[in-house]
Amino acid sequence: MSPPSAASVAGTHAGDARPDVRRTPEIGRSTPELRERLQRIWETKPGLYGWLATVDHKEIGIRYIVTAFVMLVIGGIEALIMRVQLASPEQTLLSPQQYNMLFSTHGVTMIFLYTSPILSGFSNYLWPLLFGSRDMAFPRLNALSYWIYLAAGIFMYAGVFVGAGPNDGWFNYVPYAQFRYDPGLNIDFYSLGMIFLGVSTSVGAANFIVTLLRMRAPGMSINRLPIIIWGTATASFANLLIVPAVSLAFFLLWLDRQFHTQFFQVPGGGQPLLWQHLFWMFGHPWVYAIVLPAMGMVSDGLPVFCRRPLVGYAPVALATVATMLLGFGVWVHHMFATGLPGLSLAFFSAASILIAVPSAISVFSWIATIWLGRPVITAAFLFFSSTIVLFVIGGVSGFMTASVPADWELTDTYFVVAHLHYVLLGINVFPVMGATHFWFPKITGRMMDERLGRWSFWTTFIGFNVAFLPMHLTGLWGMPRRVYTYPVDMGLGPINMVSTVGSFLLAIGFLLFFINVIRSRTRGAVAGDNPWDAYTLEWSTSSPPPPYNFAVIPTVASRHMLWEDQLGEPDERSNLEEGFILDHGKEALATTALDAEPQRILHMPEDTIIPLLLAAGMLVLFSGMLVRNLPIAGVGALICAADLIAWFWPRASLLERGPAHG
Amino acid sequence: MHPLGYLSGSGAQTASVVPLMWFMLIVSILVCVIITGLVLWAVLTKRTAVGHRSLRKIALEHSEGVNWIWIGLAISIVPLLVSVFWTVAVLAKTGTVPPAPLTIDITAKRWWWDAQYRDGVTGGEFRVANEIHIPVGRPVLLHLRSADVIHSFWVPKLAGKTDVIPGQVNAMWLEADAPGRYRGQCGEFCGAQHAHMAFFVIADPPQQFAAWERQQMLPASTPASAEATAGLAFFNQRCGRCHSVRGTPAHGSFGPDLTHLMSRETIAAGMLQNNPASLSGWVENAQTVKPGALMPNQQISGPDLTVLRAYLETLR
Amino acid sequence: MAEVALTKASPLPVGPVRDHGIGRGGMFALIASEAALFGYLLFSYYYTGASAPAPWVLEAHPALKLALPNTFILLLSSVAIWFAERATRREERAKALIGCGIALVLGTIFVVVQMFEWKAKTYGLGKSSYASLYYITTGFHMAHVVVGLAVLLMLFVWTWLGYFTPTRRIVFTNGSYYWHFVDAVWLVVFATYYITPYLGFAT
Repeated sequence: MSPPSAASVAGTHAGDARPDVRRTPEIGRSTPELRERLQRIWETKPGLYGWLATVDHKEIGIRYIVTAFVMLVIGGIEALIMRVQLASPEQTLLSPQQYNMLFSTHGVTMIFLYTSPILSGFSNYLWPLLFGSRDMAFPRLNALSYWIYLAAGIFMYAGVFVGAGPNDGWFNYVPYAQFRYDPGLNIDFYSLGMIFLGVSTSVGAANFIVTLLRMRAPGMSINRLPIIIWGTATASFANLLIVPAVSLAFFLLWLDRQFHTQFFQVPGGGQPLLWQHLFWMFGHPWVYAIVLPAMGMVSDGLPVFCRRPLVGYAPVALATVATMLLGFGVWVHHMFATGLPGLSLAFFSAASILIAVPSAISVFSWIATIWLGRPVITAAFLFFSSTIVLFVIGGVSGFMTASVPADWELTDTYFVVAHLHYVLLGINVFPVMGATHFWFPKITGRMMDERLGRWSFWTTFIGFNVAFLPMHLTGLWGMPRRVYTYPVDMGLGPINMVSTVGSFLLAIGFLLFFINVIRSRTRGAVAGDNPWDAYTLEWSTSSPPPPYNFAVIPTVASRHMLWEDQLGEPDERSNLEEGFILDHGKEALATTALDAEPQRILHMPEDTIIPLLLAAGMLVLFSGMLVRNLPIAGVGALICAADLIAWFWPRASLLERGPAHG
Repeated sequence: MHPLGYLSGSGAQTASVVPLMWFMLIVSILVCVIITGLVLWAVLTKRTAVGHRSLRKIALEHSEGVNWIWIGLAISIVPLLVSVFWTVAVLAKTGTVPPAPLTIDITAKRWWWDAQYRDGVTGGEFRVANEIHIPVGRPVLLHLRSADVIHSFWVPKLAGKTDVIPGQVNAMWLEADAPGRYRGQCGEFCGAQHAHMAFFVIADPPQQFAAWERQQMLPASTPASAEATAGLAFFNQRCGRCHSVRGTPAHGSFGPDLTHLMSRETIAAGMLQNNPASLSGWVENAQTVKPGALMPNQQISGPDLTVLRAYLETLR
Repeated sequence: MAEVALTKASPLPVGPVRDHGIGRGGMFALIASEAALFGYLLFSYYYTGASAPAPWVLEAHPALKLALPNTFILLLSSVAIWFAERATRREERAKALIGCGIALVLGTIFVVVQMFEWKAKTYGLGKSSYASLYYITTGFHMAHVVVGLAVLLMLFVWTWLGYFTPTRRIVFTNGSYYWHFVDAVWLVVFATYYITPYLGFAT
């Protein structure tokens, strides 16, 4: 072997000057020829293979959104059946076992298979467009996160279909979740399914974090980021750290159930409360992870319809981070009744009350934006502005349960059911519906029907409030949660009937919304690039955007790139006409973390079936674990191992290895 | 009207908590009304158009407005801080067990409540199920244990919930201000019949409570009639492995103690009135009444059921 | 008329160059997530131990005669892979292969010794919550070591195939980060399970 050259000892290599190692990117303008060339480089190949192998963040984002909406509908149907059972006292439409499976599966479906993936979908679609970038940092990982989500959802619902859906509530307390009390496969489907799904969440979080730090257009410093970026980024940092808690909890439970370990089993010295700590250390930050990105949607969309920038950008951005940070310190408020020492209760109670402060910042910011702007009433605006009202109602019921003595009465009653639905629909579903109206033109090139949109809004809004506002009173009148029926002489019949009627009205509202979405894809009015006269970068592309997003990489000079002329600021304007061309293959630009200065030219991966195969291998692995069949699990593990080796095999096209020696 | 409601209470604990809860409730309603009002006012008075085709130019003379955030925040912090301090004060008050309480050991089982009373003076003890008598005006200390999964002891008009967790003993105290029959309910999902795991705390004036205690302390009397005696024999043979009746060989501890069954107004954890029809129905077909309950259907023949009922009637 | 910003065109690296590249962020995210996992495992140990009536640890004085040398073996393997990674920087393939190979061997020895340790224990997985936590924590760690061995093996193969040059070698660097992480986790696991009993925790 030849001795090291002086150059290689010094840390540089003669080859560093080669154009495939170092290059000054060409600067130019978008031409039809350039666009055609980029189109050929970036487009997903047609046909089944292309559909299965695509790594295009836009296609992946749309899949996430569609799948999540399907889950929303399924979870909604489960809820309607429950509401029929609860409409009057002592009904026997459902057996207790059936009801318990329904309420648990409803919770799991909504909280894990809808609220997070829907936001991942919108974020996946939008982030590179908002950043002025060509794709996410890890396109193959992006595809993987979707395929795992789909596979884990199918895995869990396979359990539902064979009558073994989760049946101990979505937070699945032990000891009831132990084999001794729940011997069917219900909890095994749930446990393994959640570990499986957790991988999707974690890799998705990693992708968002690295994309945020590396893939922004030049000039997009962190104070120029749309609030949805702040929201999703905060959620992603949190998810990376908290998902292992719940995955571990479910894994330990599965071991207790199947292998007689003693993690949570009292006779062996296990601690039932360990489950609750691990679960809620995940669970509380999680509920912020599923609303902060949606709050970002409101913070970015509302200003467009108020014809002015958001009031208090910096406080809102920082409040987003503060909410999540505080959110790590309040998990015990889900355990106030478990007999913890008074000092600990006092601390967590105070923290849980004061966490209202950063949330209030966003609320006041939104109100001020409407008040000091010139609001234009569109369906999107209605959904975004109603979020403010629903957020506050959900927030105050949370404030009430944050006080320990009050919580000792309120917890585990319908008051909490009211609270959680106001925060989940109010700060996730309503913003998502607004976001759908807002970004539908960009995604599909067509406008949603405004009139139907307004009808769907009012039906949904009224239906939701008729269903859930009374539940505060239902709870104060003492109706406990998670009961398949209630006695005649509790005085709870009429109010439950009202909620049931409201829930069906809510369902009609959703139906109208989905009809609007489906019809508008083919019959909506053609949208231009920027039908709303909005101000962020995605509105500078065509509707829908080309596969490469931007023919030339923009240079960003402010937070409101498309409003700069009208706002008369800043002194140096953003440049969307001329910039880096990056067409020597499938290329993207990486920039520095804080100031977004150009740092590296990236070679991006082509479409590949490897992520799908890995998800399939994992499905085989988890199925083998579920039925405790070592050969099946082994085959699954081998598929995963082989796939990962193929994935990580250094490729010359991605510049992961040196050129072939002569 | 609402037996499980807690907007008002009758206990020493609820006397501290209910005012705090009303304060937070009123603050909450006010906040919702104000915010909704602000949003409606802003939208209705500031709107310029309906529909996207009439999007105007952006508001050029936009004022900063960020100060409104700080004003709103400053106003909001006041009720938040008041709540923090009031909460800590109530916590301190309700956490201190008053002196000389009556102590009862509660064991929560799927899906009923076992209560064991001990007489500190005589050393005698007795168990009841689901109907827990306490003296008015005297603090009662409850030791909560679970025989299986997590439950939660909750009698809303007297006190908040305390979870009942296997492997540990949680303690809570309560005190009734006025005589009454206060309904309780399990407050933590515990399986199939969580919905029907109710109980009653009956607050008696002191003399009445003492009399009840004395009565409960007595073993079951020997049945007089032949029918009831036959019933006793049947009971020992068929029911004694799960149920206990002091003064007979039956000493099963899986199910409720039945020594003074007829002194209770309800059976099956508050599900049924304790009358002959319901009692027979329950004994014979518990699964139809409360599907999933751990008392299996008994398949008792008509004549056996008659004598058994005659015996149970004597357990006053 | 305001000026339009234009990014200056200066030479930029193309793809991962030396040990900088977008893949590094991915490896750091993976490490953060797995570190959190071990954090929660250790939380479970400390929480269960503090909640259970003493004595909870089954061995007040855990045997160190296998575990302590094993710890050094793992530390040495980190040194070996560090050495190999440095050699990769200068395209010193033989040294890289030797370092990588030594790391592989030492890592394998670690696994084998730990399995001996497991066999020598007087308690099984389901004996008590302590036993379950001991086996699952050291087991999770061992699983990460096994994955690490697969990583080392692939690094060995790819180095042997001549894939890495001083410019293009980030895959090797990232892989070595993973191995160092596995080593660091072991130090914390070792301190928790083997040292804290001597300090009186839950004994």
